[in-house]
Amino acid sequence: MATQTVHHTAMTLSDHLPILQILIPFISAPLIVFIGRRSLAWPIAFIASAASFVIACLLLSKVIGGGIISYQIGGWAPPLGIEYRVDAANAFVLFLVTGIATLVLPYARQSVKAEMPQRTQTLFYALFLLCMTGLLGVTITADAFNVFVFLEISSLSTYVLIAQGSYRDKRALTASFNYLIMGTIGATFFVIGLGFLYMATGTLNMADLADRLSGQYESRTVRAGFAFILVGMGLKVAIFPLHFWLPNAYTYAPSAVTTFLAATATKVAIYVLLRFIFSVFQPAFLAETSTLEIIFYPLALLAMFAASFTAIFQRDLKRMLAYSSIAQIGYMLLGIALFSETGLMATIIHLFNHGITKAALFMGVGAYVLRSRSSFYIQIQGLGKTMPWTSAAVIIGGLSLIGVPGTAGFLSKWLLVQAALEQGYWPIAMLIVASSLLAVVYVWRLVETLYLSTPHSEQTIQEAPLSMLLPLWIMALACIYFGFETDITLGAAKAAAQALLAGSSGMLH
Amino acid sequence: MLLPAAAVVTNLLFRNSPNLRDGLTLGAAIATFLVVLNILATVGNTTTDNFVLLEVMPGLELAFNVEPLGMMFAILASGLWIVTHVYGIGYMRGNNEDNHARFFACFSFAIFSVMGIAFAANMFTLFLFYEVLTLSTYPLVAHKGTLAAVKGARTYLSILIGTSIGLQLVAVIWTFAIAGTLDFTRGGILEGLIAGPPVAILLALYAFGIGKAALMPFHRWLPAAMVAPTPVSALLHAVAVVKAGVFTMLKVGIYIFGIDFLAATGASVWLMWLAAFSIIASSVIALTKDNLKARLAYSTISQLSYITLGVALATSMGILGGSLHVVMHAMGKITLFMCAGSIYVATHKTNISQMTGLGRAMPITFMAFLIGSLSIIGLPPLGGSWSKWLLIMGAADAGQLAMIGILLISSLLNVAYLLPLVGKGFFLKTPNQTGPTKFSESPTLVWAPPAFTAFGCIILFFYAGHIQAFLMPIIAAP
Repeated sequence: MATQTVHHTAMTLSDHLPILQILIPFISAPLIVFIGRRSLAWPIAFIASAASFVIACLLLSKVIGGGIISYQIGGWAPPLGIEYRVDAANAFVLFLVTGIATLVLPYARQSVKAEMPQRTQTLFYALFLLCMTGLLGVTITADAFNVFVFLEISSLSTYVLIAQGSYRDKRALTASFNYLIMGTIGATFFVIGLGFLYMATGTLNMADLADRLSGQYESRTVRAGFAFILVGMGLKVAIFPLHFWLPNAYTYAPSAVTTFLAATATKVAIYVLLRFIFSVFQPAFLAETSTLEIIFYPLALLAMFAASFTAIFQRDLKRMLAYSSIAQIGYMLLGIALFSETGLMATIIHLFNHGITKAALFMGVGAYVLRSRSSFYIQIQGLGKTMPWTSAAVIIGGLSLIGVPGTAGFLSKWLLVQAALEQGYWPIAMLIVASSLLAVVYVWRLVETLYLSTPHSEQTIQEAPLSMLLPLWIMALACIYFGFETDITLGAAKAAAQALLAGSSGMLH
Repeated sequence: MLLPAAAVVTNLLFRNSPNLRDGLTLGAAIATFLVVLNILATVGNTTTDNFVLLEVMPGLELAFNVEPLGMMFAILASGLWIVTHVYGIGYMRGNNEDNHARFFACFSFAIFSVMGIAFAANMFTLFLFYEVLTLSTYPLVAHKGTLAAVKGARTYLSILIGTSIGLQLVAVIWTFAIAGTLDFTRGGILEGLIAGPPVAILLALYAFGIGKAALMPFHRWLPAAMVAPTPVSALLHAVAVVKAGVFTMLKVGIYIFGIDFLAATGASVWLMWLAAFSIIASSVIALTKDNLKARLAYSTISQLSYITLGVALATSMGILGGSLHVVMHAMGKITLFMCAGSIYVATHKTNISQMTGLGRAMPITFMAFLIGSLSIIGLPPLGGSWSKWLLIMGAADAGQLAMIGILLISSLLNVAYLLPLVGKGFFLKTPNQTGPTKFSESPTLVWAPPAFTAFGCIILFFYAGHIQAFLMPIIAAP
């Protein structure tokens, strides 16, 4: 209880930032539909997401030192009313989500025009904003049931967004349907888990939950609740054996959607996982039930290797990147499993770094799809010469994915190995580097395809339009920038890791 | 004082725009060399303070400084860059290779990373540039774009990246975890912090992790990389890349572990034997190779292990000999490679058995080859003799008489695989009189550089004392 929570009674605009963060995209989405003009849809969406980004930056700058902002909706005090709570961990995720959204939108304009019929484009932007609202809401809220509500908002809009890929490839429909089934199972498990916790405690506010749970760790109800929440969120995160929805969803969704989802959706789910297992349940509970040893370690390592191996043998670039995402999620889980400040820092920083890396890569793929109509390796052969700017940015993203020094990916890998060594887990450190060697293999297959193969067709392929190149290059440069300039990422990750490790007291301040 | 060091880096970055003309690159090469000389004049053989460019994480900085070993390496690389560039222009035009701009841009970028390695003030910076060097040379190796080139480049990349990320990175992070710093410090940073078998394990991670030093069994990339155009083989695989490897090795030995610490723990004894094995084994393999460049590649592996051996001996003489050998071998080997390229440009022959009688037609190339060979073998009055002499002294200091024997046997093997070519070239007649019989050298830009470096081998014999004196501070007590 070091710092006093500020209860906002005197309200200025800046005090309302947490709710504005949600409201702006939330209101803009129906606005787009009501106005109904295609020419206005994109500008509204862009302004809304840019405004959200500014708000997220402001929030992050307020809490990066370790402070907390608590916002009570309608002035109802927490255990009864719904509370929004911003600390370093979720402000950082908000920053990532809004930042990616703001960059994906300019990029999406061309890509959406090419991949979707005109009549659905207006709705697309509305859904995009809704999806973003859901993700932001999941992140910012301190109410467990509210998490579920926002999770459903984002999931439902995601199902539709993925299905939009059907204009390019009909398989998007089955991919979307699969995700619908899996996602609903996940959400149901999650809400069942919440039900158990509610049964045991009679509250849904996270801080309150944590407080009342602390004496009940032996209770079977609580443990069952924990298990349901873990599995439910695990589906959303795409923890290794629960990942089957992901490759198809990423492969067949429109490029802009894939970019946005890959960079944010799983990351937000990881954040929720972190929040529940560290803040709602205490770190002590984790140690007692040995969740980490039994579940996280083996699954994380399995993901790192199995998914990387699968990625190597893909013939479709999008699918390869999807499997690589699953492998990278393994790294994040491993950071949690290492259960130390450095480990958690590695998880949080990798969450961010992998977000921007994958965004850059998927944007590049989107550009290839726009120009060569496909993301199969055989179709993009030799594009390094015809699309030099796109390909160079993709290579930078690929290097960051491997974790070459000087890129963002290197830092997260460094922290992860350091965390493993601090605990004296030798074999794990070796396994981490071994699996990043698999990343070298699949990234280099891409390099050879782009630069050293003869072009597949004789038709001349142009460079991608500037509106796509610019966001792509901003992302690629961000991969390098955050490899050197670490004040923001490292600072936020450190504050977040400390707060999380402090358990529920990290939330109560 | 440190601004020039940074200027080298920024200068090169600035000049790396892909459209550079050959002349501009040449200007850059000369400018770089002059700047390095300028640093030499102002700094001498003292060690400067760190110039911190930025701090990535607490204790993890991107920093540069100037110290004798790095200075020597920088002079060597930037000086030979000029020579190779002239040669490269001649070779590329003589052979009508494609993609000149990409070729020379990558070339300059590689030199940029070599400068970064030479002036790195800590292991983190060095590791960063080490990786940049690997990536920037990959397009050079794959330059021809043929299936063989792509396969060779793949081997090249997978071994170098594999060892550096798989082993070296772990070693670096481990060092950071126990010492809390990665700064190169005279006398090492590990003493007292680690003891027993882990020392040997850490050393192994470094020794194998520095794949560019081509210590067996991680040597396969060197012969594989020989598919590259000869100027690349000459500069990168005789000078920049492999020397960056052994340079890192020397840095790790001197500034991370500290020679005294290595000697006291005896952790490097196994490394010494492994280096000895590499020396002999690769010399024997070299004997069996008919392709001239492949033979030279295996010879390089063997010579690199001399330097590793110098580190592993953990005596000041050994270190000094190893450091000196960096220069001597670079001069000798670049001569040999450029001669091989010269023969290829003039006759398109790559196998030694086809080169019979060519010496009469290409006397300058073959004379240069002879001088380069003699320097590698270590005969006076050529530069190579001094470094071998010092290494033998180092072995004697360490009380490893067996190593003296190894060095001597290796010299004999060098004679056996290098000199036959010269002999065949000069004294035998071409088998069926189809080859060129009258004087038909390669273009001037191709034969002049090897002649120049061959001359350098002779000069170095007389100036070795100066280099040795220049390097003395690195082995002085901390």
